[in-house]
Amino acid sequence: MKKITRFIIQVIIIGFCLLHLFPIYIVFVNSFKDRQELYSNMMAPPSEFTLEYYKLAMEKMNFFRAFGNSIIVTVASIAIIVLLASMTAWMLVRNNNRLSKLIFFVFVATMIIPFQTIMMPLMQVMGWIRDTLHIPMLNTLGGLIYMNVGFGASMAVFLYHGFIKSIPISLEEAATIDGCNKGRVFFSIVFPMLKPTTVTVMILDVIWIWNDYLLPSLTLSDKALRTIPLSTAFFFGQFTIEWNLAMAGLTLTIIPVIIFYVAAQKHIVKGVAAGAVKM
Amino acid sequence: MKKGMVVNMRKRKDKAWYVLFVIPLLFVFTTVVIVPFVIGIGYSFISWDGMPLNPKTFVGFDNYIRIFSDKRFLSSVTHTLLFTVISVLIINVIGLGFALVVTSRLRIRNAVRTMLFMPYLIGGLILGYIWKFIFTDLFKMIGEITGINNIFFSWLLNPRYALVAMIVVTTWQMAGYIMIIYINGIQSIPEDVVEAAKVDGAGFWRTLLHVKFPLIMPSFTICLFMTLSNCFKIFDVNVSLTGGGPNNSTEMMAMNIYNEIFSLNRYGYGQAKAIVFFIAVATITLIQVAITKKREVEM
Repeated sequence: MKKITRFIIQVIIIGFCLLHLFPIYIVFVNSFKDRQELYSNMMAPPSEFTLEYYKLAMEKMNFFRAFGNSIIVTVASIAIIVLLASMTAWMLVRNNNRLSKLIFFVFVATMIIPFQTIMMPLMQVMGWIRDTLHIPMLNTLGGLIYMNVGFGASMAVFLYHGFIKSIPISLEEAATIDGCNKGRVFFSIVFPMLKPTTVTVMILDVIWIWNDYLLPSLTLSDKALRTIPLSTAFFFGQFTIEWNLAMAGLTLTIIPVIIFYVAAQKHIVKGVAAGAVKM
Repeated sequence: MKKGMVVNMRKRKDKAWYVLFVIPLLFVFTTVVIVPFVIGIGYSFISWDGMPLNPKTFVGFDNYIRIFSDKRFLSSVTHTLLFTVISVLIINVIGLGFALVVTSRLRIRNAVRTMLFMPYLIGGLILGYIWKFIFTDLFKMIGEITGINNIFFSWLLNPRYALVAMIVVTTWQMAGYIMIIYINGIQSIPEDVVEAAKVDGAGFWRTLLHVKFPLIMPSFTICLFMTLSNCFKIFDVNVSLTGGGPNNSTEMMAMNIYNEIFSLNRYGYGQAKAIVFFIAVATITLIQVAITKKREVEM
């Protein structure tokens, strides 16, 4: 008897989970249908699997270009965040004087500022840098990467700071006595030990930067520079929506996410949990 | 004398390393976050349309005073509060329920976790577009086929249902994420504590309410913080799902600020709202953390 109820409960839960993924199913099956078939039955599997709409959606979204831009922005931003934040956090922990405490406090306290509060003045500052120092901060991938580093700094420093506090200093002292300078101590001894936190930072930042829409929409105006969320938004904003085409476009944007999830599920789940718990 | 010089040099070298390691990130951070935040406060006291050549006039607290008679903004505050309270409750209840399933001994737990967490990875913008189709075309079709068209109609055309749609999509996105945090909390409860409760004759519900819940208070703190601040600041789903419509009835605070600045070109006034928004977010989340922290049990 108990076995049967257990079985039924499991069936119900699995049913609920499938219902949970139902929207993704809808997007997928309708990406193969023509307009007429889509409106005659939205829930049935397609009568044939044609890639026609994918090809069209790819062209309209300039998909490969957008994908490339997203990759560049995500990878470069994260590489710089990981490098600079770990360096900063290490110095702040190992020289825990008043100045360090103040710097750390500023990093953490500003985490609460919503993006909407700084978006407009940020654009003014970047415009000023462009006009007076002639550094192209706006409408370039480099400028966007720079701003991502600024926005990602707080959380990364915070996570590294917490981890570095828990590792004993003795190894570093031994290396110093052996004649290593600070740079070598950090890069050959400390940085490799930070790997768990590095993975956490990377996972959290991939989810954020890959999906970020508002900041890129404010800084990038060139069509050729659009990231995936931007090109999706323009694709939807252009004309009255042709849903079958839109579904193909949406599937295209979801596929990389699913591949990422399948490939790194363990790290993702762990990273997301670790990132939140230390908050 | 010589020793003193060596120590001195060492100190100077250490300082140089400190500067080399800390300054690059601090510089970027200052230019991207600190400076805009500070001059943003300044912008909130001027009137300006965003055109570089047009004058910026100082208006004192006028922008702030105007906010209190701005009907559109005040109604966006109401939507945001309503949306946030309901979403936070539902997300946490569902997330916690999921977490209890996943930490049970059921064989399907890993599959459940994998499936439920998935939507969180897809960005809010994309999710909004996916659900837009479901709430408009698919719902209309279901209504036509089944005849239940008091539930199944185009939700996004009805102010109240459009807000419910926002809640549904946000819950769909966040519940799996919140589940992960609760799972972590539940798994950190020592086995023997639960066993001891069972030996003392506590049933499922009593163990849950009187043993497990007090021990996962830290998870409650985090989850409430995450959901509160994420819901209060919601923007992407708002843009793609409802666009604030119909008739601004689902326009949340973040979107109202965005529209004020970049669509209506009232930079100073919009910035004053942005500062008020910051104060609101900070106050609400800090109060919540203070309250729930108090209830955490020391292990």
